[in-house]
Amino acid sequence: MGGSKMDIKTVVSGRKLTTKQKIIYAIIAALVVLVPIFFQGIGQLFLVRIMGVVGLYVMLALGLNIVVGFAGLLDLGYIAFYAMGAYVGVLVGDVMLKLFGASFGPYVYFAALPVAALAAAATGIALGTPVLRLRGDYLAIVTLGFGEIVRILITNDVFGLTNGAAGLPRAGEFIPDPAGLVWLRQNAVFSIGDNFNFQFSNNLYWYFIAVMLCLLTIFVVRRLDDSRLGRSWTAMREDEVAAASVGINITSAKLWAFSLGAVWGGVAGLTFANFQQFVSPESFTFMESVFVVCIVVLGGMGSIPGAIIGAIIIQGIPELIRGLAQSGILPLDPGQASLVSNYRYLVFGLVMVIMMAVRPQGIWPSARRAMELHPDDEKIRDEESQSLWEAEHKTETADHDL
Amino acid sequence: MAPARSVYQRDTNRAEKSRAVRKTGDRSVSADVLVQQLINGITLGGLYALIALGYTLVYGIMLMINFAHSEMFMSGGYVGLFVLKALTNESLVGVGTVAFFKGSSIGLIILFAMVFLSAAIVVGLLGVVIERFAYRPLRHAPRLAPLISAIGVSIFLQNAVLLWVDSKALPFPSVMPVVTVIDAGGVTVNSLQILILVTTLLLLAVLDTFVSKTRIGKAMRATSQDREAAGLMGIDINQVIALAFFIGPALGGIAGVFHGMYYGSVKFDMGFLPGIKSFTAAVIGGIGNLRGAMLGGFVLGILESLAAGFLSAGYKDVVAFAILILVLIFRPGGLLGESVVEKV
Repeated sequence: MGGSKMDIKTVVSGRKLTTKQKIIYAIIAALVVLVPIFFQGIGQLFLVRIMGVVGLYVMLALGLNIVVGFAGLLDLGYIAFYAMGAYVGVLVGDVMLKLFGASFGPYVYFAALPVAALAAAATGIALGTPVLRLRGDYLAIVTLGFGEIVRILITNDVFGLTNGAAGLPRAGEFIPDPAGLVWLRQNAVFSIGDNFNFQFSNNLYWYFIAVMLCLLTIFVVRRLDDSRLGRSWTAMREDEVAAASVGINITSAKLWAFSLGAVWGGVAGLTFANFQQFVSPESFTFMESVFVVCIVVLGGMGSIPGAIIGAIIIQGIPELIRGLAQSGILPLDPGQASLVSNYRYLVFGLVMVIMMAVRPQGIWPSARRAMELHPDDEKIRDEESQSLWEAEHKTETADHDL
Repeated sequence: MAPARSVYQRDTNRAEKSRAVRKTGDRSVSADVLVQQLINGITLGGLYALIALGYTLVYGIMLMINFAHSEMFMSGGYVGLFVLKALTNESLVGVGTVAFFKGSSIGLIILFAMVFLSAAIVVGLLGVVIERFAYRPLRHAPRLAPLISAIGVSIFLQNAVLLWVDSKALPFPSVMPVVTVIDAGGVTVNSLQILILVTTLLLLAVLDTFVSKTRIGKAMRATSQDREAAGLMGIDINQVIALAFFIGPALGGIAGVFHGMYYGSVKFDMGFLPGIKSFTAAVIGGIGNLRGAMLGGFVLGILESLAAGFLSAGYKDVVAFAILILVLIFRPGGLLGESVVEKV
């Protein structure tokens, strides 16, 4: 593990954008905005939809990244927060609709969003408090059990709120359109030539909502990573006992990790419910939790670009192949197309095993973790060898690392 | 994935529920229900105990949760089914052999011994292979790495069976006639339940003796206490770990065959819930402790059956998970385990 002084310096200096980086970011931004508009224009709606879903998974992965990547707590029940956000958000939205009348409809999603986030955060604390003392693998199993309990309770229609396996909204109820969607659908219409007929759609709306939420998540997560809390997470992840002995409050650090991670699960959950216009317990199985863990592991624990790449690979590519096959763009028959989606789990299992053996840091490791292994900046290397030299010649402390 | 799992749940739930309802009719006959649920619970507990032994054995030596163990259990069910089908296929082994297997009680015993042995050996070898390729490269990696790798193995095996065998539940033929041995006023015990219980107790006794009395068992205990020191004393660590990864999955495989016989079918995702519950059983008893795993299995099986009989079958899985969480919070060392001090 590198010295923390070195870490902060590079991380901060890394945030000053060079011209090259600025151009790359501008290109990415343009693609993020224009590609779905292009797909919408040529009538490939499913591609827009896939992009929206990938956006939600990016958010989930970034949220789980706080818990797994930053704080080093393996959470196998993360999808429970997704479920909490979706169900609480929809139920609260329903109450709002009844209280304020149908004219409040367009604002329900936005008003319910903070409630969903808070509900998820509270669930995170409710889960975090009892499991504070548990170590890595025990924690993983308990969170798995917690996720399953939440799903089973929802399926069994606990308190008569969740409508069991049939899901929400109930027959006769609906999730109202959010603000601006109707207007955009009517007015954002244009054509270029014969083959490009753009009309704003639900999918596009939720795609852009997902992108904006992802940007918010990235902003918050980056700030968190550099914050005092983020650094205490790193210390805790590397060695809990040592971190506690230098005055880091492990209890509060863990609870913050659980609740701040859960918030993004809740936000993504409510967005998902609105995107789908429907929620049911089917969407919140253990496999979904594994899915998100897989994204984080594949991309690189603690890495923001890693989470994005992981979501695209794990959620985007299989859906893309299936969608392309269904729309007849790829010459695959339906049997072959469904094979792609069937085999993906098999491949994911294999990928998890191989990644752990070959490249445990992930495809795009976080700067801090990568640096621990390969300091590529010469100045840092010099500083490091200097401090190493000092350590070797001044203090003869044996390092008992178990 | 999702619907498939809930179908499995419904299957077992229905089995439990119908058993409870058939015996009672209405719930006021609670003494009978209690005894019957206890008997069902002990049977279920025997299965959990067999699987839990595998978790606890591997944890004791490797300090890792072999998440793929539930898939060992599942594979056992399938291997048992295939061997059973092959041995009772007249075109494969001849009419005379099948007649011998099915006709006489000695033949039946030999048939079952072969089914169980082959399931144990095949699944045991599968465990060894998995250890070699998925876990051994990670021996010095951070703690989470082997766990994630194990989850990967579990997903891989589940989907391998789903894709290459069948996505639907396969019926498990009841070659052995299941006879009611005891029938006392609404409470019944059948031969299969007795067989499960006796086999479980027998296997535990053998394993316990093996670990505490033999030379190899001593090597296993030494390895579990301090792997490096044991290596310095001339113990072949790789061999000991491989052995643990043979015995544990082999026991899980046997449990898988029993599960198939008891519930009458095998399915690719049949391992998930029993796997988690058996891990719970191992934790209840004190993970790393063989007798504890046995005790935990029976405790969990009984509690779960009582919950299914008296609360609601839909909540019996919640009971198991809640017990797991409560035990880990209040007595992480388990009933028979010692409290573990975090090493620096």
